[in-house]
Amino acid sequence: MDSVGHDHNHPRQSDDKIRFYYQILGQALKELLIEKRIISASEIQLAMEKREAATPANGAKVVARAWLDPKYRKRLFTDANLAVAEFGLELPTTRLVALENTPKIHNVVVCTLCSCYPRDLLGLPPAWYKNKAYRSRVVHEPREVLKEFGTLLPDDLEIRVHDSTADLRYLVVPMQPSGTDDLGEEVLRSLVTRDMMIGVALADRAG
Amino acid sequence: MRGPHDVGGLDFGPIDPEEYSLTFWELQIDAIRAVIGSKGIVSTHENRRTIEQFGHEIYDTLTYYERWTAALQRQMVDKGILTQDEIDKKVVQLRTRFHETGDLESF
Repeated sequence: MDSVGHDHNHPRQSDDKIRFYYQILGQALKELLIEKRIISASEIQLAMEKREAATPANGAKVVARAWLDPKYRKRLFTDANLAVAEFGLELPTTRLVALENTPKIHNVVVCTLCSCYPRDLLGLPPAWYKNKAYRSRVVHEPREVLKEFGTLLPDDLEIRVHDSTADLRYLVVPMQPSGTDDLGEEVLRSLVTRDMMIGVALADRAG
Repeated sequence: MRGPHDVGGLDFGPIDPEEYSLTFWELQIDAIRAVIGSKGIVSTHENRRTIEQFGHEIYDTLTYYERWTAALQRQMVDKGILTQDEIDKKVVQLRTRFHETGDLESF
């Protein structure tokens, strides 16, 4: 499989010239914008470091705290932006909504139009989240799509699919796995994965 | 009519769950876009709009970050921040530099 396509429409190998052209174009735009002092090399460097520093471990801190602390949990579902700010996680231009998985309701997140994603909490979105297969299908056959991730949901569990926008991002708070009540916060964090916080995996599978 | 980005409710086949780490180049475009956004030069909505206006030919041919690069080029020209002419000249210069040094990124 080629390493750059990662969409359902994989660019053909003969498109190497296109791949190389855009790489050059990207570099050209970067150099011109720096030369004109629109942006600086250090700003780009900082933004790259910030991207690499944001990982699902951020979201896992929030989820583990919500499992442990009912008051935090309440704050998270009341105003998620404020609640994640307690961990130094800021989403200055987007509203964040935390979605509560319960024994009756399972939440799944998508961005059908593009790739909106709570990057500060989960890092950069995985390739499948940006690709057309997931974006097109999860809204009308979520049960089938989750099955492809190895997640089988009982028929009586209601699935709610949430379509993200540039202004509104979602964080799924999975149910705490049974038998983990005595575990400490650090250990609980380690049970929380990216896919659980998108909603394509269940927390009870991690134990 | 649906734009090429508007895929909700369609069927594009099975999910490819393969994990993919961004290349340096892709991460750099992501970072440039973040800086341009944080300075209020091009908002997330504007970027989305530019990409949505690409027809199927561009949208379906380019990879994710190639679309971002194409969008950035269009936005910079539309806003009068860069001219197409200076972009073209820089691309020629970089091609020469690459052929001489094998390196795209050194200044």
